[in-house]
Amino acid sequence: MRWLVPLGCVLLAACASERVVLLPATDGPLGAVLINPGKGEQRLDQPYAASVRRLGDNRLTQMSAAEVQERYGPTLKAQPKRSQSYIVYFREGSDELTPESLATFDRVKAEIKQREAPEIAVIGHTDRVGSDPANDALSKQRAATVRDALVAAGLDSRLIEVAGRGEREPLVPTADEVAEPKNRRVEISVR
Amino acid sequence: MIRSYWMAGVLCASCYGLAWAQVGEPAGMVKHVRGTVSIERAGQKLPAAVGAPVLVADKLRTSDDSAVGVTLKDHTLLSAGPNSLMTIDKFSFDSTTHDGNVSVGVRKGTVSVATGKIAKKTPESVDFHTPTTILGTRGTEFVIEVADGKED
Repeated sequence: MRWLVPLGCVLLAACASERVVLLPATDGPLGAVLINPGKGEQRLDQPYAASVRRLGDNRLTQMSAAEVQERYGPTLKAQPKRSQSYIVYFREGSDELTPESLATFDRVKAEIKQREAPEIAVIGHTDRVGSDPANDALSKQRAATVRDALVAAGLDSRLIEVAGRGEREPLVPTADEVAEPKNRRVEISVR
Repeated sequence: MIRSYWMAGVLCASCYGLAWAQVGEPAGMVKHVRGTVSIERAGQKLPAAVGAPVLVADKLRTSDDSAVGVTLKDHTLLSAGPNSLMTIDKFSFDSTTHDGNVSVGVRKGTVSVATGKIAKKTPESVDFHTPTTILGTRGTEFVIEVADGKED
């Protein structure tokens, strides 16, 4: 009689099983996955907690790191590299990098070289000295300077998105017309 | 055979009517390929190479002993293991505000996910789905496996 169950599975595809496993967070706090199979929602919020669907029912279970590795190793290995962000700073009122930032820039170039198909977002910012239109222009100019340096280092300009946000998003909030070196920056994110 | 593909296409178009406006918009890029991986787009099957763009409505299919990794524009990381079929049903992203939406389907096989900037800003606009189940995320990493899934 034992063979009846597996045979039934094959015939009816009733064993079509699905599984969802929450992984520990690589950066930031552990989140959660909400599973809604149509009746009754389940929540996974512990590392390696899993929901297994069999014969139309979702059951909660606990997996281990080793089980996850054994079952999903090849899938996890194919996951792209995480995006990486860098900030470079500029001299007041100019699109010239500060000396310390030249070193950061070398790290950015090294990171880009390590990646197979890098895409880069370059976003310029200013402090609150000067008018909004002037700062919009300056932030774009700073971003363009960084883009040009990346292109000069051999990167395809089509893979670089450039934006300038003027003084709208200060890293350090200040009153208007305050010079703040930490706000004169370009964020470079590599993905 | 051709007729059934047509039918599937018509059904799909009505299923994903809401996403229709985004079809063909850039969603991400292939970052890793192992073995044989193809992108199915508008009835064509293209080999997936590292650096290839991934567009809204694309299907990514892997063979035996194959895998693919994709980074979406909001920095969501996706990978599909052997014998998998993953669909990019919806994607839009405003890189200034980080508003947007993501909907990714797992028809068969295994897919790993690390959610990106959209999930951080508005988790309710991100969903993953299997043939039976809809998953919501609260900024996180997880694996979805569909053991006996669908072929298209």
